[in-house]
Amino acid sequence: MKYLHLIWASLFRRKTRTILTLVSIVAAFLLFGLLDAVRVSFAQAGQSANGAQRLQTGSKLSFIQTLPQSLGARMQQVPGVKTVTYANWFGGAYQDPHNQVFSFAVAPNYLDVYPEMSVSDVDRKTFADTRTGVLVGEGLARRFHWKVGDRIPMQSTIFPDRSGSKNWVFDVSGIIHSTDKKAAGFFDQLMLLHWAYFDDTTPYNRGQAGWYVTRVADVNQADRVAKAIDALSANSDHETRTLTEQAATANWMKQVADIGLIVTSIMGAVFFTLMLLSGNTMMQAVRERTGELAVLKTIGFSSTSVLAMVLAESVLLLVLGGVIGIGLAEPLIPLISHGSNGMLSLPPVGASSWALGVSLMLAIGVLVGALPAWSAMRLNIVDALARR
Amino acid sequence: MTPLIEIRDVSKIYERGKQKVEVLHHIDLDVAQGQFLALMGPSGSGKTTLLNLIGGLDSPSGGSISVGGQRIDNLGAGALAKWRASRVGFVFQFYNLMPMLSAQRNVELPLLLTKLSAGERRKRAAIALELVGLADRASHKPAELSGGQQQRVSIARAIVSDPALLVCDEPTGDLDRQSAEDVLTLLRALNRDHGKTILMVTHDPKAAEYANQTLHLDKGTLVEQAAA
Repeated sequence: MKYLHLIWASLFRRKTRTILTLVSIVAAFLLFGLLDAVRVSFAQAGQSANGAQRLQTGSKLSFIQTLPQSLGARMQQVPGVKTVTYANWFGGAYQDPHNQVFSFAVAPNYLDVYPEMSVSDVDRKTFADTRTGVLVGEGLARRFHWKVGDRIPMQSTIFPDRSGSKNWVFDVSGIIHSTDKKAAGFFDQLMLLHWAYFDDTTPYNRGQAGWYVTRVADVNQADRVAKAIDALSANSDHETRTLTEQAATANWMKQVADIGLIVTSIMGAVFFTLMLLSGNTMMQAVRERTGELAVLKTIGFSSTSVLAMVLAESVLLLVLGGVIGIGLAEPLIPLISHGSNGMLSLPPVGASSWALGVSLMLAIGVLVGALPAWSAMRLNIVDALARR
Repeated sequence: MTPLIEIRDVSKIYERGKQKVEVLHHIDLDVAQGQFLALMGPSGSGKTTLLNLIGGLDSPSGGSISVGGQRIDNLGAGALAKWRASRVGFVFQFYNLMPMLSAQRNVELPLLLTKLSAGERRKRAAIALELVGLADRASHKPAELSGGQQQRVSIARAIVSDPALLVCDEPTGDLDRQSAEDVLTLLRALNRDHGKTILMVTHDPKAAEYANQTLHLDKGTLVEQAAA
């Protein structure tokens, strides 16, 4: 600690250069904080406690292939299965194609399998009694200023009605309140319509379910139940693949985009550039201070302590910029989530992101400081004082 | 009485590529405790090399060097650094102060290598600055001081850990006449009043007059000894 003032003063010896480098480090770690929140948000999808009790059964071929409705009754007979429900992707947009809404056409017992969604008894009855009724997430209702009783036009991105029009009209029957904070971002933005109305109205996929969701009686038996469900359709024209909800969500996400890989690639490029930039700054800083470092060694600082001071300077630069960067991401994340009208629900920067961020700061700090620190350590006093 | 510095048959050879340059040839020299010795000679005569060897900044190619009864020519780099920290103070021609630190912080630098508390370090640095007449400039950075003042700060830094030996390489080489006289007067006071042994390399005969002995080096050999 007694060397801190010396390290700090050396770091800000060239204020402009250090501040410019610091700004680029802040920007890199701000980006890290934001992108890591995106990665965590995607990684957490399907990880709710209730999700462990659910299995998803879809076509083995592709998630866009549908399954016969008759399969549900046979799945119900599999030992260990408590409840079976099903759903279809609807995929609607409200007023503008940019206003995409996560919307599923669901079986009547769909809510029984998802205790994370809470709907009042009144709303639930209204929904059950209204053929064109929809339940909408709290965030979604807030986003489009919907209230119970509103009639809303939706445009399906895929499914037309029997006349060929993709314009659908629904009645808001109730509001979905999320009871699981972790999954709130998803359920808050969800819209559920009746599978029966959907199936009657569109000429596509008659009597077909997009996927089945099974609630198992015992989580420890989930694997056996999944295999038994898949065995029902073995060697048929609709072979299935049953996965835990978490695995199914991850699988689906990967078919859309490998967010983890994208985030890692972007951050890899950003940190590589950062290493070159801050490495260059440190090299220049040490080169300019050859005489001063030689004086430190002359008055008795050992080569090891000079090496440690240069390394500490480099690490301090990275940690300072990194902490400011991730610190800035903290207030920005809720602003971005809010600004996206609920389309993005990013978690706050968690302890694991901070731990990863600080590890990166230390690692990059040591890496970029290693070469200049090594040069400083090997500095020959006599040559340096003679400016040779 | 045992001399503070004993140099026996010291040679120094530098290798510049394939070429070997012998800068010092078989030097023998004793420097008594409390001596103020001036080393003079033309450029390239080996003055600074000899000073660097005595100050433990470099090692001889042959011969032995003892300071205060301790052989320093066979010490490793780490041990030599420790030895310098406690036994020698250095004063350079171009002051070599840390430009981003205040005079006080510059003077404190050698004390960072001790176990003294921050308060004690500050106190000792303040005493050293007072001794060189710059107590009122403690918070000034080197760029805010004149050349003479900067050199006095560097002398304060050299004496703050109370070494027995001060090694000065052209301490007045970058100063005007008046500042040079002030610095030399200060060095003489440190020698006479505080018992510091001083070795000073200089080109300036007037500066050498402040010493009580002058040695001349020519082509790496001691050619003359004159007592003041």
